[in-house]
Amino acid sequence: MVAELSAGRASADRVSPQRSGGVGEPRRVGYLYVLPALAVYVLFLLFPLLHSGWLSLFDWDGLSVGTFTGLDNYRRLFAEEGAAAAFGHVGVLILFFAVLPVVIGLVLATAMYRVKVRGLPFFRTALFLPQVVAMVVVAVAWQRIFAPDGVLNQVLGTPGRAWLGDSGTALLAVGIVGTWVQTGLAMVLFLGGIGKIPAELFDAARLDGAGPAGEFRAVILPALRGEIGVALTLTVIAALRTFDLVYMMTPLGGPGGSTTVPAYEIYQRAFHSGQVGSAAAIGVAITLLAFAVTYLITWIAGRERT
Amino acid sequence: MKLGAWLCTAAVLALAACTPGSDNRPAQQPAGDVKTDVAAMGQVTLTIWDQETRGGQQAQISALNDQFQRKYPNVRINRVARSFDDLRSTIKLGLTGNDAPDIAQVNNGKQDMGAFVKAGLLRPLDAYASAYQWTQRFPESVRKLGSYPDTGDALGEGRLYGLPQTGELVGIYYNKPKLTALGLQPPKTWAEFDAALAKAKSAGQLPIQVGNLEKSAGPYLFSLAMHRFGNADEESKLATGRAGVNWPTDANRAAARQVVEWADKGYLTPGFAGLKGDDAVSKFSTGDGVFHVDGTWITPTVKEPMKDDVGFLLPPEKDGKVTVTGGTGLPWAISSKSKNPDAAAAYIDFITSPDAMKTVATAGNLPVLDADKQAASGVERDVLDAWNKAANSPGLVPYLDYATPNAYEVVTGSVEQLLSKQLDVEGFLGKLQADLDSSRGGR
Repeated sequence: MVAELSAGRASADRVSPQRSGGVGEPRRVGYLYVLPALAVYVLFLLFPLLHSGWLSLFDWDGLSVGTFTGLDNYRRLFAEEGAAAAFGHVGVLILFFAVLPVVIGLVLATAMYRVKVRGLPFFRTALFLPQVVAMVVVAVAWQRIFAPDGVLNQVLGTPGRAWLGDSGTALLAVGIVGTWVQTGLAMVLFLGGIGKIPAELFDAARLDGAGPAGEFRAVILPALRGEIGVALTLTVIAALRTFDLVYMMTPLGGPGGSTTVPAYEIYQRAFHSGQVGSAAAIGVAITLLAFAVTYLITWIAGRERT
Repeated sequence: MKLGAWLCTAAVLALAACTPGSDNRPAQQPAGDVKTDVAAMGQVTLTIWDQETRGGQQAQISALNDQFQRKYPNVRINRVARSFDDLRSTIKLGLTGNDAPDIAQVNNGKQDMGAFVKAGLLRPLDAYASAYQWTQRFPESVRKLGSYPDTGDALGEGRLYGLPQTGELVGIYYNKPKLTALGLQPPKTWAEFDAALAKAKSAGQLPIQVGNLEKSAGPYLFSLAMHRFGNADEESKLATGRAGVNWPTDANRAAARQVVEWADKGYLTPGFAGLKGDDAVSKFSTGDGVFHVDGTWITPTVKEPMKDDVGFLLPPEKDGKVTVTGGTGLPWAISSKSKNPDAAAAYIDFITSPDAMKTVATAGNLPVLDADKQAASGVERDVLDAWNKAANSPGLVPYLDYATPNAYEVVTGSVEQLLSKQLDVEGFLGKLQADLDSSRGGR
């Protein structure tokens, strides 16, 4: 027994010097654990990203030998009309894909939480459905609604109006579909968030004489800060990289090029007009933009909570 | 962190070592080296990328592939079928890759076949053309649509790189009962066409069914108007971007005004700018619209519901001469990386032979050769006769998008903006000219 105990203590003594080096300090063996994931990440994400960055420094048609032009492709992005317009359009789409859905989602979630509607799961599912349906299907369905002989014109009594073929309304039409798709996501995130708010907080607010508006401002909004951050991050990125909806609903950049977006420009340049370098430059620019916007959103959303 | 940083550095170093692209122009094959005896070539696998995916196309190419493999049991065909758009988007990667297809259908345009020729990705076929007597089989007008010089910038010159199986025309489909109800004959002159449009409109019919959401239908209408005011030679030069021809001419101004007039008089489908091309075809084939300007590839689509109620017309003649937009189906070309170019050439010879043309026509397609010898009735007869007349005349004008690398986007976009009044006639022609100028100056 004694021998065993002392042996146990001895082994404990032997372990402790290693631990005394600092609890939780990274050890080299840790890299071994992340290696598989890291290898996949490097191979399929980091390497293509760096490769795109490298290609963006060339004037290359994708076939013959490219010529190194340094940052010329980036300089041209600022100067030329096409790329500038595409980034402008994506700004408008952020309003429709991110800002509106978050606002509408907040209102819907609050309403659904306060007023105990019958069949809540049904409404929740119905509003979330656009997220589940493939974008191509969404685009084709809405194309029919916006068609000159479609439902929208029948409802409005404006037969023959070409919503998607008019440079004044095409981007708006695509944006509205974006709002329809993204609102469900925002709402479901917010409903989950509201559900986690302790009932005492609502009681306290009511005791202090807060009406529905005051309750929303004092309880719901601060509690949902994290969810709003997540919703904004997801929807803004969806707006920045949007391609399928725009490409399907308004082919070839839409009427008068009024619905070109960076992703469309990348596709067009890389696969059709033989400007691979320029396409890569747009790709890098939109990636950096997405990083910056995401960082900004998480910074704002996380800042005041602490 | 250290490992990550190390990997990053390694990746950057690996990248820095290579400039994208390569120069791999193949040597021209001497005519004497060509082998035409397929049976003596041993076991051969031919990888073929085609876009013959629609009903009639699928039928003809499967039949011909079977026949070829039965005739030469030592050849195995590995067919990769993709839709036109998919093939166009992936063929560049396919031809530059290490296991490039032996044979591929390559779009005639400068941004496709022209660019591939410039990069040396396709094998010149002149040696085979003399061995198989393709020069006699195909008229010059057809061979020109698969020819490029080494610089890849002038369609119709230089060496032969591809041969087509089918022909295409953009003409006028018309609804026979509707025309009869209006008391009219199919229009043979421009005056009769004008009168028919006006009469249809006043009788409460839609004169021209058109859907331009994808912007492909607009240029068909504009080309039709160009045929009314221009001449075939000048139009061909513009379409292929030759030196010495320009857009702002009186004929083109008149053509642009004509298209706008059709729109202003309400001759086109209300809201045509937001209507899909396919939807316009289906509306026309279910009895909405007297005329429909489109390519011959829609013949099977409209014939099925309309049976003998539909006819096809060439654009009205001017001074006794016909001018019509058209071309060939996608030419079949041989990759310069193919290890079996002789077998590949034998395949192309096989699928363009007189017997193959019969198979092509039987499946409801428009064969590029021997159109007059094929049995057909109704609208298919109209199309075959129209092709036979057009292909053997100097009046066959290529599509407008062969002129510059960006021509498709520029032409379709400009016509769309002309019709929506975002561009006036001068602005419209100016935009087309600017694209031509930048392409001439740029390369």
